[in-house]
Amino acid sequence: MTALAPSPQPAAVAGARDVTVVSRKAVVASAVITALLALLVALAPHSGSTSFRFSSETDLFRIPDVAVPGQATAWVCVVLAALVTAAMELSVRRGRRVPLVLSAVLALLLIVGFLAWAGAGSDRDFPVVRLVGGSVLLAVPIVFGALGGVIGERAGVVNIAIEGQLLAGAFSAAVVGSLTDSPWAGLVAAVLAGALVALVLGLFTITYKVDQVIVGVVLNVLVIGLTSFLYSQVLVPSADRLNSTSRFTPVAIPLLSEIPVVGPALFRQSVVVYLMYLAVPAVWFALYRTRWGLRLRAVGEHPKAADTVGIKVQRTRYRAVLVAGGVVGLGGAFYTVVSVSSFGKEMTAGAGFIALAAVIFGKWDPVRAALAALLFGAASNLEGALSIVGAPVPSQFMLMLPYVVTVLAVAGLVGRSRGPAAAGQPYVKE
Amino acid sequence: MSTTDPYGHGASTAAGTSPEAVPHNPATHVGPGSEADPAAPAPADDDAARWRAALHRVFAGGWAVSVGAVLLAVLAGSIMIAFTDEGVQSASSYFFARPLDTLQAVGSAVGSAYAALFRGAVYNYRADDLATAIRPLTSSLNFATPLIAAGLGVAVAFRAGLFNIGGQGQILAAAAGAGWVGFAADLPVVVHVVLAMVAGVLAGAVWAGIAGVLKAYTGAHEVIVTIMLNYIAFYGISYLLATPGLLQAPGSANPKTPAMQDTAILPRLLGERFTLHAGFLVAVAAVVVVWWLLNRSTLGFGFRAVGENPAAARVAGIDVRRTTVVAMLVAGALVGIAGATQVLGTVTTGFSYDIDAGIGFDAITVALLGRSTPWGVLAAAVLFGAFKAGGSTMQASENIPIEIVLVVQSLIVLFIAAPPLVRAVLRLPQPQARPRRGARTRKAAA
Repeated sequence: MTALAPSPQPAAVAGARDVTVVSRKAVVASAVITALLALLVALAPHSGSTSFRFSSETDLFRIPDVAVPGQATAWVCVVLAALVTAAMELSVRRGRRVPLVLSAVLALLLIVGFLAWAGAGSDRDFPVVRLVGGSVLLAVPIVFGALGGVIGERAGVVNIAIEGQLLAGAFSAAVVGSLTDSPWAGLVAAVLAGALVALVLGLFTITYKVDQVIVGVVLNVLVIGLTSFLYSQVLVPSADRLNSTSRFTPVAIPLLSEIPVVGPALFRQSVVVYLMYLAVPAVWFALYRTRWGLRLRAVGEHPKAADTVGIKVQRTRYRAVLVAGGVVGLGGAFYTVVSVSSFGKEMTAGAGFIALAAVIFGKWDPVRAALAALLFGAASNLEGALSIVGAPVPSQFMLMLPYVVTVLAVAGLVGRSRGPAAAGQPYVKE
Repeated sequence: MSTTDPYGHGASTAAGTSPEAVPHNPATHVGPGSEADPAAPAPADDDAARWRAALHRVFAGGWAVSVGAVLLAVLAGSIMIAFTDEGVQSASSYFFARPLDTLQAVGSAVGSAYAALFRGAVYNYRADDLATAIRPLTSSLNFATPLIAAGLGVAVAFRAGLFNIGGQGQILAAAAGAGWVGFAADLPVVVHVVLAMVAGVLAGAVWAGIAGVLKAYTGAHEVIVTIMLNYIAFYGISYLLATPGLLQAPGSANPKTPAMQDTAILPRLLGERFTLHAGFLVAVAAVVVVWWLLNRSTLGFGFRAVGENPAAARVAGIDVRRTTVVAMLVAGALVGIAGATQVLGTVTTGFSYDIDAGIGFDAITVALLGRSTPWGVLAAAVLFGAFKAGGSTMQASENIPIEIVLVVQSLIVLFIAAPPLVRAVLRLPQPQARPRRGARTRKAAA
């Protein structure tokens, strides 16, 4: 976290820091979650087979549907997950951090095992393509929100107003998209609206040095109030003219979209989703490999030191906050020019707070935060998946599960999360 | 509390001359021996100068900023009403021909809107008898009741350095606990309602305590955990409400509980004609208790110490982990009062999973506006309660969406948080230096 140089930290320093960071909590949490799944499978056994449908109608190569015995598959997944947990333990014993790959594999195994158990005996099959595609789609605003959150916090400005920026983006994309009849114009308007909310955030936190949490929370309320008010007063009376956008249509990327399973799920999406694919590595590159990112992180970790070497702290923070707001605004556009074609009151429904959780879950790193956002997207998509096969336990528990797992994961996998050192503190030049 | 800071600052400038000359000043006991402020103006000898200094203190002080913030926010609300009013829009189409028409339309739109707000929140001057006329005031206090309790819950957590976004989940948990005792148990009159309240408070405390324990012992960030606990509580309540034999009313397919038993309902304070119930007294008592807790007790000192600087608190011998857990327990218990009074006083005919009605999030704004002090929370909650009560009247009689209240509320908090901005806009004098205010609000909310 404290590494300001774009090159990797000197080995000695990194080693000294990591020794204290590595703990067994990740292993314990993985073991607990795996044991929970094992318990679920053991206590409520399902006979019958689960079928996964891999192909969609337009595939070039059709993969046959796979029907597996649900219970057995679930057990195999549990065993594999236990093995992955053992591998984690091994890497901790060697004094290394748990690799990200292991965590990802574990999450995948647990999801597959859970689905295999849940779908056993059902005569319907899981459309895998739609599941993956739906997860990605639902994750879009959360990913953009999390990216914006990461940029802002890395520069030392805590952005609780993600929800407000998403909502402002969705609102202006709807209005401008309807007026111009062009989703592209809506997209641009969403970016500007997100940046506008960010500008207010910056004005109060950077210039007037008001507490960042206060401003963030209040801005959320302000944007909810403004958009709901304008929706009732202005949009509803003339909905045809102001609140019916044309949406982006899914575009298939040649070749990539022909890949079985992954292709139709990931590469037959709309432009905004492709922008997301580009945004994650772009933000990573900008933060860790450019002068802008270096300065931004310096300002977030130690503004005084940055000021001493001639970096303009206030200006850097303003720029970062504006860029972050624009990125979040893009995510807001998803609601009105991709998902549905009209704005609705509070249509973001707490996605901004989930994005905030993803920022912390992802330890203020763009790639990890995006992965965390994807996990949340998959979690919210689970509802649809389970309603297809008919849930074996009350649906509310199924819906609750991702949040319970998140709590366990945050308690275990992430542990004491440490944000940028100067996040939340206004900088007063002496 | 921190609104007195500028007075304190002003006091040190006056203290050099004659302490008894400014009796209205709360900090005159600083005494003549205190250090003279280096930035102080030359000692004022004549009356005029002293009056000028006093006026300067008043206008540079916290109260002027608070009033100014409210004025600015109300002005912004007026602009929104004016711009979206049909009468104004039609009059503005011929603005250059007859500009007075537009101004008149603006005046009538804004005037009738705020008149409706006043009628709904404070005093209904159109009513025939006094009882009907003051009903809005009691209804405002009724809306304020859960906001006071939940606002205190968020404020206590703030003071201990914790950000409790989990008000929604804690209210749902408390409602489930209090509601279950309220309709399922058969108990004598006073015992029943007390036990139901206790059940609610305990449920809220436990729900927030989970976040406290995880924060203290695993380091899990309380922001994530409380947000997740909101969802878990929501789905948990949904399950309980959909399952016969748990919370669902027998013989009903709706996700709703049966009505509370008469013995479990909080008594109405002013007779059956007014909705104000004893929950308000509980909330006000909670304000006093929290004030004592934070300012006079060892536990509260621990909260504040951990909130200001956990490392220093640990060095001073305070058990940071235990304090974190206890702070969340207390916060959850306070939010639990809000949930319990909701189901035992306000919505006694059975509740559903929307019983929190956004109070959990409103409470954050209330705590911020009240600067995380108990009396500040009380004042902020009553103000917001009045806005809620008046906003619905405004929506009903003037057809102005109630969301305008959210805008005005958030602008008030925003402006109050940025005194230099309000001073700049209203041309109030800027005090020379105000280092303590910024430090206090930051620590309170960190």
